[in-house]
Amino acid sequence: MSQPLMVSATIPGPSPAMASRWQYLDNVRRHTGPFTDPDMFDTSEAAVAQIEKMKILVIGAGGLGCEILKNLALSGFKQIHVIDMDTIDVSNLNRQFLFRQSDVGKSKAECAAKFVEKRVKGVSITPHNCKIQDKDEDFYMQFTLVICGLDSIEARRWINSTLVDLVDEENQDSLKPLIDGGTEGFKGQSRVIYPTITSCIECQLDMHAPRAAVPLCTLATIPRQPEHCIEWAHIMAWEQEKPFPKLDNDDPEHITWLYKKALARAQEFNIPGVTYSLTQGVVKNIIPAIASTNAIIAASCCNEAFKIATNTNPSLGAQENYMMYSGNDSIYTYTFKHEKKDDCPVCGNLARGLDVDPNLTLQEFIDSLAARPEAQLKKPSIRAQKTLYMQSPESLRLQTAPNLDKKIGDLVSNGDEIGVTDPSLGRVDFKYKLRFTSDFVSKDKLTTNGDAN
Amino acid sequence: MLKIWSMKQKQQQDANADAAAGTRKKKVTAAQLRVQKDLSELALPSTMKTEFPDPDDILNFNLSIEPDEGMYKGGRFHFTFVISQNFPHEAPKVKCTQKIYHPNIDLEGNVCLNILREDWKPVLNLNAIIVGLQFLFLEPNASDPLNKEAAEDLRSNREGFKRNVRSSMGGGTVKNQTFERVLK
Repeated sequence: MSQPLMVSATIPGPSPAMASRWQYLDNVRRHTGPFTDPDMFDTSEAAVAQIEKMKILVIGAGGLGCEILKNLALSGFKQIHVIDMDTIDVSNLNRQFLFRQSDVGKSKAECAAKFVEKRVKGVSITPHNCKIQDKDEDFYMQFTLVICGLDSIEARRWINSTLVDLVDEENQDSLKPLIDGGTEGFKGQSRVIYPTITSCIECQLDMHAPRAAVPLCTLATIPRQPEHCIEWAHIMAWEQEKPFPKLDNDDPEHITWLYKKALARAQEFNIPGVTYSLTQGVVKNIIPAIASTNAIIAASCCNEAFKIATNTNPSLGAQENYMMYSGNDSIYTYTFKHEKKDDCPVCGNLARGLDVDPNLTLQEFIDSLAARPEAQLKKPSIRAQKTLYMQSPESLRLQTAPNLDKKIGDLVSNGDEIGVTDPSLGRVDFKYKLRFTSDFVSKDKLTTNGDAN
Repeated sequence: MLKIWSMKQKQQQDANADAAAGTRKKKVTAAQLRVQKDLSELALPSTMKTEFPDPDDILNFNLSIEPDEGMYKGGRFHFTFVISQNFPHEAPKVKCTQKIYHPNIDLEGNVCLNILREDWKPVLNLNAIIVGLQFLFLEPNASDPLNKEAAEDLRSNREGFKRNVRSSMGGGTVKNQTFERVLK
């Protein structure tokens, strides 16, 4: 029974019934096709088994996340992690099919992981019920690739810059392809990013249509739509009356207060259509989610993940990297290459290493920057996590001028990153990662020692 | 996956850049770097001053405007700027901290300036907002009112409106509302 199969069985696996599940997938993985790259594609047993060793991170276990987890598990990935800070709301149940009514209030990541593990035998899904910002670089370092099914631009920007910063020239494994899916109603996109190599989320920031905002004066004077009345209650009435110390979008009592305010205003202007759920939608900026759009985009993301992992077919990435889909007017889809931006604040100016003597004063350091050929700065302003020296505005210049006489070692630590801006640079700025060229003993510490003696 | 890495190595040779070895330390966020850039390019006239309660936190600061012409001349107006990590995708939140009589600023300090809401774009910068705020004091706009009474006042009786502005700036009462004294 435990005897290894000696015949060239087409499919390894615990049981024939299980094995048949992967039969069609294995046909793709074990046979060269018209698009397979002979340099990259490998049909050996070891290469085929590779996919089972890869750790994949899924960010978000919502509309897209549920689809992505299911697709990955059914594509042969065996080690999946999922991270989501949210709990399940009753309104999620129409499309987030891994959740049931009895799960309402529980962690999305945990419920999704449990469900998929139960349905697809042999797959391990590790849930993380927290924010992506709670995890450190070591956590992200363990994955082969990252797939995002997020609804927030802020979270995308965070994971993007984290993965860009993770890239270490000397370590091939530090480069994590990022696959990002996004949907809004009938529209969506999937894109593949090779951090530091191809156009990143920050390069593509202008591809996100900003939330359509209504002029404040329209809200204040003549509202025309129910949404205007809700926004008015949200922005103006709440601030004026402060019924609770801080607005909590998830607190029904708070939403009810806004709903009543909005309703009263709507009646004053004879505007129909203000409801509790619309109030919730406007305040929480809920975008109508369409289950099939999520399914299409998640499918595209997971196909790219599978192709990147197995080299069975060319994937989005090095050339075309952005697939847009619109189902608004029957179907339109277009795939193109979004170019990397040289002045991208995340990947356009990667922190360069800069050797610096920590015993220099900040003034001496600034003078040395002016001499660097790539910089040639006239009026550089410098910040680390703290503001070191700003040439403008005047009040900040005065506040930070005392730092000029301090030593670099007293202001920053070895390995810290600094941002340098200068009006003469136009749109480009510099980031440097400081490397101290000598030991530094703080004067303050010396004084303390002296006092102790 | 190998092919990506060889691309990376080629790119590296081309660029001939070197990254520092060793452990990674604190990073500068894209929002912070952009604000730093915007601030270092600010060209403030003598009528405007910034104030940073914490110079290490450049995402939160105050701005004072002292118009040297127009009907708000002689006043000193204070605004707070709150910038999120989503900047420049999201506009800064700007509020007037004083209760003033102005058609485009309500009694709570909300400001009706198009580039702070519906017309904000990531290509705009802090300078554009500051210029916009200054403009509001030179040319109050009655057609986009946030304070309806003030706008109606400006539209129907410009001279009367000017008088009401003067009296409100001195801490007086206009239309049953007592205003904050903002004269220098």
